Amino acid sequence: MQVAIVQYNAGNIYSVIHALKRLGVEPQLTDDAAALRSADRVLFPGQGEARQAMSYLREHGLDSVIASLRQPVLGICIGQQLMCSHSEEGDTTCLGIFDEQVRRFQPQRHEDKVPHMGWNQLHFDDSRERCPLFHGIDEGAYVYFVHSYYVPLCQATAAKTDYITPYSAALWHNNFYATQFHPEKSGAVGEHILRNFLEL
Amino acid sequence: MLAKRIIPCLDVKDGQTVKGTNFVNLRQAGDPVALGKAYSEQGADELVFLDITASHEGRKTFATMVTRVAAELSIPFTVGGGIGALADVDTMLSAGADKVSVNSAALRRPALIDEISNHFGSQVCVVAIDARCRADGKWECYLNGGRIPTGRTLFDWAHEAQERGAGEILFTSMNHDGVKNGFANDALRQLADTLTIPVIASGGAGAKEHFRDVFAIGHADAALAASVFHFGEIPIPELKHYLHQEGINVRLTD
Repeated sequence: MQVAIVQYNAGNIYSVIHALKRLGVEPQLTDDAAALRSADRVLFPGQGEARQAMSYLREHGLDSVIASLRQPVLGICIGQQLMCSHSEEGDTTCLGIFDEQVRRFQPQRHEDKVPHMGWNQLHFDDSRERCPLFHGIDEGAYVYFVHSYYVPLCQATAAKTDYITPYSAALWHNNFYATQFHPEKSGAVGEHILRNFLEL
Repeated sequence: MLAKRIIPCLDVKDGQTVKGTNFVNLRQAGDPVALGKAYSEQGADELVFLDITASHEGRKTFATMVTRVAAELSIPFTVGGGIGALADVDTMLSAGADKVSVNSAALRRPALIDEISNHFGSQVCVVAIDARCRADGKWECYLNGGRIPTGRTLFDWAHEAQERGAGEILFTSMNHDGVKNGFANDALRQLADTLTIPVIASGGAGAKEHFRDVFAIGHADAALAASVFHFGEIPIPELKHYLHQEGINVRLTD
């Protein structure tokens, strides 16, 4: 299986590479449009700042490439945020794959520390079809988060988490999947989610 | 709910853990990677690897170890010890560490915190503070593993570190460290209730109750310990089940 990771100016993708290797996949880190289009799976991970990340993607023509991909695509953390239409971070126009606005956490009490950092729980809406990314994942399972901006609950919400407010821990629409948390840092649960993505 | 974190700390010298030789059911407890993996499987939420090597060779060995940890572990980990410049941070993050902790170098040159958070984001910058409560009740920060008093107070320095972009404060009470009689809950509570970034408590863990108290009374976001874990005195699964029963929100993995 050919797995491509979008190469751009967002940091810390080593852990994603390592996590895939532990699952027996040797990913290709690339910003080449043809390589991204022909891969069986594309990961769009990263940590970073929305405005700078979007400028880089536009300058390299990656914005239209990512939005037009047909195979399963998984955005992680800033990747999820960039797949939305707009982010409050730097008042940035993003890729628009999910028609949602990315907001900054507004602390309500002193205990509401931003960034939201650490292990928090996933909750699923049983009245909706379970996103295949989360097949076999328990209600209330813990995953690892580090972020200051979030996607509100919406039509594409595939899992939610409660921190300051209930929000989208994951999104799903057609071939596009995204998680706000870091599956590559979420122990056995995260490994299960990544394996689900590879087996879609 | 956001879980309170349990963080084992591994001291590493020349690529081998020290104090880690009595770990239950683990043959290669001297190997930081094997020990880290064992902790991860037991439900540790994060790990800290502290390089206590003084030599240049030892530092290179440490960087190699960080690469191996990143390849084999699927939970976040922090590295510290001897990080004095942005280039050191870059080396550690490139090797796959999630966060770095800075201590003496930041006290000597506080702008290091600004540099790290501006370049890599505040979430990677853990500022470790060793402080001792003096006879007059003031908490004073120390340099070089607690050898040199600085005259700076804990609360002052913690707030300055936060303003400069620290992502977390790791506070070790020198009065409590090694005594196994509980954490410095009063000072921790004062830190946690006035800072807007998470506080990691260190120094004093000796019993499961101490962890309950550091969360319930000290308001810490995470608790770090070494020997109680290394010597198998408090197994992590047992600790987490105890905390859960006591109403502390923790991540249960079994």
